[in-house]
Amino acid sequence: MEIERALEWLQSTPVAIAVAENDILFPWIESFHVLAIVLVVGTISIVDLRLLGVASLDISAKRLMNDIIPYTWVAFAVAAITGSLMFSSDATHYAHNRLFQAKLVMLVLAGLNMAVFHVFGVRDIERWEAPGARPPAAAKTAATISLLVWITVVSLGRGTGFTMH
Amino acid sequence: MTLNEICHWIEQTQLSQSIAAAGWVVPTVQTIHILGIAMVASSALMIDLRLIGVFWANRPVEAVKARFLPLIWWPLLLLLFTGIIMITAEPARSLKNPAFQLKMLLLLGALTATLVFQFLHRRNAAFGDVTGPRAAAVTLAIVSILLWSSIIFAGRWIAYFAA
Repeated sequence: MEIERALEWLQSTPVAIAVAENDILFPWIESFHVLAIVLVVGTISIVDLRLLGVASLDISAKRLMNDIIPYTWVAFAVAAITGSLMFSSDATHYAHNRLFQAKLVMLVLAGLNMAVFHVFGVRDIERWEAPGARPPAAAKTAATISLLVWITVVSLGRGTGFTMH
Repeated sequence: MTLNEICHWIEQTQLSQSIAAAGWVVPTVQTIHILGIAMVASSALMIDLRLIGVFWANRPVEAVKARFLPLIWWPLLLLLFTGIIMITAEPARSLKNPAFQLKMLLLLGALTATLVFQFLHRRNAAFGDVTGPRAAAVTLAIVSILLWSSIIFAGRWIAYFAA
């Protein structure tokens, strides 16, 4: 199978082997991964709670998103890079891990949810983003899905760690 | 009472054995713990970035403090609760673990830093503003960021020091 061969190639690259065999490299990469996801989930929660209308209502929704989301992106980049490094170190096993597969699906869902909101949900943002104004159903839905999906991602990530030995 | 005796005593309790027997509790509690950390770390970061002057520099420190401080202290209560459950389930793995002990020390430091910030800002409303003591604010913010990050690292390393 092509995918199997690609995965085997990946985990035989010098970088992958270094991460797999070096006693200190993996834990450090993993630690940065945890720090990164903690900041992704935390900053996204701030935005989602605003879109739900339960927090920071005194701040413009648009302002909040513009100010906070850049940090989310930086944290996500670190999470993706560290995650890729860890994945490469044992690619075939991670790829076959059901919980990890589910985590990837959830990440795609999170991305889709965000894309849909930023293309369609913000079309009329001028009308509901002002401080004190109630967010529309579309925003609340996107925010709820986002929170649920990211909580699931964290749970599946923890589960992957438990089932990888 | 020695640490060994304390761990042994906890392990003997019905609660500890029930939690350990129900395999789903610890992973679930760990996930909740991580989510709590997400709120605390992100909120602390926002306040610290404000003190450094790179985030919401046009808003008063008071406003940033009012918004994010509750998101530090309330989730900390959740972290304490979930932490106690994990210690109860596996007392030796936590209490006797050097990474865990370091994490508690660092936590003391982070809590102190947070309280110091609250004290300094209450005493001088200009703390964190360009008109206030810049060096002190920036130093405190950087120390806070390093402490919270180290706590997260130490938390992950508990698994690597587990017997």
